[in-house]
Parts: sequence; structure tokens; C-alpha cells
Amino acid sequence: MPTGTVIAIIVLVLVVVIVLWAIMTYNRLIGKRVDCDNAWSQIDVQLKRRYDLIPNLVETVKGYATHERETLEAVIQARQQAINITSDAMHAAEKANAENQLTGALSRLFAVAEQYPDLKANDNFARLQEELASTENRIGFARQHFNDSVGRYEQSRMVFPASIIAGMFNFGQREYFTLEETAQREAPKVSFS
Amino acid sequence: MSNTGSNDPLGPIRGPKGEQGPIPVPGEGKPLPIPGIPGMPGSQGDKPQKPSAQPRPTQRPARKPGPGESDSAFDQRVRERIKAYPGTITYNDLIRKSKRDSAILIVLMVLLAAVFGASIGVIVSVIFGHAGDYAHSYMTGTTHRPADPKFDTATGGPSFFGSIAPILPAILIGGLVGLLVGGGASVWSFYGGANAILRMTHARRITKDDDPVLFNVCEEMAIAGGLPMPKIYIIDDDSLNAFATGRDPEHGVVAITRGLRAKLTRDELQGVMAHELAHIRHYDIRFSMLMATMVGLIVIVSDGFLRAMFYSGAGHRGGARVSTRGGGGGGGRGGGAAIAVIFVIAIILAVLSPIIARLLQMAYSRQREYLADAGAVELTRNPQGLASALSTLACDTAPQKETANRGTAHMYIVNPLKKMRSSGQRKSSAFCSHPPIDDRIARLLALLR
Repeated sequence: MPTGTVIAIIVLVLVVVIVLWAIMTYNRLIGKRVDCDNAWSQIDVQLKRRYDLIPNLVETVKGYATHERETLEAVIQARQQAINITSDAMHAAEKANAENQLTGALSRLFAVAEQYPDLKANDNFARLQEELASTENRIGFARQHFNDSVGRYEQSRMVFPASIIAGMFNFGQREYFTLEETAQREAPKVSFS
Repeated sequence: MSNTGSNDPLGPIRGPKGEQGPIPVPGEGKPLPIPGIPGMPGSQGDKPQKPSAQPRPTQRPARKPGPGESDSAFDQRVRERIKAYPGTITYNDLIRKSKRDSAILIVLMVLLAAVFGASIGVIVSVIFGHAGDYAHSYMTGTTHRPADPKFDTATGGPSFFGSIAPILPAILIGGLVGLLVGGGASVWSFYGGANAILRMTHARRITKDDDPVLFNVCEEMAIAGGLPMPKIYIIDDDSLNAFATGRDPEHGVVAITRGLRAKLTRDELQGVMAHELAHIRHYDIRFSMLMATMVGLIVIVSDGFLRAMFYSGAGHRGGARVSTRGGGGGGGRGGGAAIAVIFVIAIILAVLSPIIARLLQMAYSRQREYLADAGAVELTRNPQGLASALSTLACDTAPQKETANRGTAHMYIVNPLKKMRSSGQRKSSAFCSHPPIDDRIARLLALLR
């Protein structure tokens, strides 16, 4: 076989291998980016779950804790505020802040509920309390999963040689879910007065 | 009812980048889960901000010492083992290590299968093939030589491929039958295995109304792992155990004994559920089935083959030829001696292969347990929960008799058959499907430093 042909075959094989690798890398990056979007929407699913549970809770508490109008109002108001903020990357910090307020209002409500033995004995209330506690956890874990997904995406995007493909096809940076101000990192104050 | 994060708006997010850095200690300074290790002396000399200053846990039920050992002996071992891990270790390090080790084990298993196949091929070719005939003709002095184009005249003996060429069809057919049987078995276990296992363990499926807390804890973990919600089963057994099965996350099943469900706090339950979901997430059921199929094939082939060899008399004939060849086949007949050596090595390999395969399978199983523990921490970000659950499991001494057997033992979170039989000192046998529980706890607690 003439040397020219050998070189041509080697070059051809190399090109095919590189193209295949590029396609696989591109698809992998797309997959990880979709994972991030999906993980983000999962946070909203859990936030929505909390919005849906709150009216039920308020109704249940109303029947027993007649003197706690203020606390209930605070919960309803915080819920409305949180719903009103659209959930996208632009308003992420604002939204997180509103959700934090809601968590605080709920904590106060549950603290107040301790004073009403009849309410605590109510099956429906116990169930709602468990569901809301779990929902708090779910929101946290959904955010954790989002950050994990972003971490995996960022790693795939930045390692060499996949970074070449990422650069060519504009796989941009994804932001982690963070709380901007230190104040928001603190647990909401629960007053037992 | 306890909840893990109602006062913490961030839940498990404790930093901007969940993937990086050592795990933040949840609730900094919480006491360690093992009573009797108030301050973990020995590991804290260089780090003064350890949980050592904290009071001993009060909310955790005291661990009952296992039989024949004092509480402190167990804790002592855990404390010793923690030192084996670097202070900066993270769950990501543990996950990487276990993944690498189990990949190596799979490669070794494939290599073993190849060596085993070659050994069987050599044995078959020597006993039944023309290689034996050559040897026979040298021995008897006859000049009969089959017309074999692959006969290697340069060395005066048959080449390896030449010698097995005549029996290649037999090897191929045998291999094909083996593959079909093994393949059929694994396809069956792939699609029907989960149900069979659940029947065997008398597990019954429960709905959310039966146990809302268990469902919530499990769903929280599914969210953390980005997995679909698995089906949940309860095993009617008072012993403490749990397992996961299902061929992929969409068909995931988590089962927990009634005893364990009743005994754990919410945090501990979360750790156990995370461990089981980590098994599902890592496709452990699929991989362990692959390993089991390979081990099974090697065992069956080796057993059947050796039996056939020794009972059919072929072994005697073959052995006679080999010994004669080995003794008198000097000079130009060196090929015969070489074949004899290869034949003996092949028989040794064929006999040893099932044992080695079993060892590899168990080593793999242990790595997957470590991996699931580390993967559980990846989901919960709270090594204490699982460590505490494991120490509860460690002191459960009653073996599960009715709902577990040797076939299902490897699936459980701890070995259901010989719980703490090795009390007193640590026994890490190469034939164990699970790592020693004190080492598992030590790995988890090492993450908290």
C-alpha cells in the first residue's frame, strides 16, 4: 500500500473518531443542562406543594386558635407574597427571601399551636404539620439536588477536552442556588412570647 | 414526630456549592451519634473546634452492647478506625474510591472469566482433541499423524490453535448453551427477580396512609437524588434490616423490616432510606446480578466439567498420557512436556476459578456497600443519621431466619444471617458480603471531622 493511502486512512479514522466524540460530548452536555432545568423546576413543584397545604392548615387552626388572628394573617400574607414573585433566575434571591418569610411565619404558627392541646390532638392538624415539615425538607433537598446538578454540569463543561465543545456551542455557566445576604442564611427567628 | 429541618429554611443546603469542600457539619457541634464517644480523643488534638466540648447526646437511646463485648470495645474499634481516614475526606472522595475499586473488580472478573474459558479450552483440547493423540502416538511409537494443516512442525508439537481446532465446534456449542442458560436466567431475574425476592421475604406493599412519615422521608431522599419515588414494602419481621431492589430507578423498591421501622428516629430512617436509594441510584442491583451470573456460570461450568472429567474416565486416560509425555517426551518432543505443564496449570485454574470468582464477587459487594453509604451522605448531607442507624443495627443480634436466606443476604443493609457473630473483635473475612459495620460507621464519622 502506498504511504499516501495509509496516511489518508489514518486521517479519515481520526476524523471519524473525533466527530463521534464531539457528538457524544455535545449530547452529554445537553443532558446535564436539561438535568439542571429539571432540578430547578422541581424546587417550584415543592414550593407549590407548600402553597397548597397552607390554606388547609389555616382553616384547621382557625377552628381552635381563635385568638391568633395575627399569626394566621402573617402566614396568609407571606404565602401570597411568595406566590406573587415569579420563579426565574432574575428573581431567585427575591423569591428565596419571600419563601424564607413564609417559613418563619409557619414556624411561629406551629409554635403558637403548642398552646392549644385540642388543636394538637386534632388528626388533621398532626397530618398537616407532618406534611409541612416534610415539605420544608423537600424544598431544601430539591435545592440541594439543583446545586448538585449544576455542579455536575459545570464540571462536565469545564474539564478538558470537553471544554472545547462547550466553548464552541455556547454552553454557558450556570449559577448555583445561593442566598445572597448573610441575613437570609440565618434561620428565621421564632418568638415564643 | 420530629422533623429535620423545619427551623432551617435552607434545609440541607449549607453552602453555595453543594459539590465542593468537606461536608459542613450539620448543626455544628452536635454530639456524635455513638454514646461512649463523647469527645473522640485521639482525633481531635489538632482541631480544637471538635464536637468534643459538647455534652453527650441525650435524645438518642443508649446503644446496647453486643453479646460478649462491652459498649466501649465497639466504640474503641470505631475510634481506632476513624484514624485511618484523612481528616479532610469528603463523601465525594469515598464515592470516587468505591467506584474505582468496583470498576477494577469488574475488570478482574472479566479477566478471570477469560482465563477460565482458556483453561477449559486447554483441558478439552488435551483430553479429547488431537493433542492427546499426538502424545499417544509418541508414547506408543506409532507414526500415525492426522492430516492437520495447523500442525506446527517447527516445534515438533501441535500449536495451541492447531490443537484445539478440531474441537472448536464443541467448545462453541458448549459456550453457546452456557450463554443461553445463563442469559435466560439473568433475563428472568432482571424482569421477575424483584417480585420473587419480595415474595421470598414476605414483604407487603404499603401506601402513604399506612405510614406517612416513612413515605415522606423516602420521598425527600428521592427528591435529593432526583429519582422517581420507589415502591415501599414492609417486611413482617421484628429483626432490624432493610434492602432495595429493582432493575432501574423507575422500578425501584425499598423494603424495611417492621422492627427497624419502629426503632429508628426520623434522622436515622432518613439515613437508611438514603442508603437504599443510593443502591438504586448506582444500579447496584443490575451490577450485582451481572456479577452473580458470571460467578454462577463459572461455578456450574467448572463443577460440571471436573465431574465429567473424573467420572468418565477421560481424566485417567488424559492423565496417563500427560504423565508419560511429561516423563519421556524430551528432546524433539518438548512440545509434549509444555502441553503437560499447561494442562496441569489449566486444571488448577479451572478448580480455583470458582473460589476466586466468589472472592471477587464478595469484594465487589463490600465496595458497593461502602459506595451506598457514601452515596447516602451525598443525599442527606448528614453522616450522623446513617452512622447512628448502623450502630443500632450493629447491636441487633437476632438473625433473620424466616425472611432471609443465603440467596438474599447480600441485598440487605447489614448481613441478616450473621449479625455480630463476630463480636469481640473485628472480622473482615474475604468471603463476607458486607464490610465490618464498625468500619462503615468509622467512615461516616470520619466525614464529620
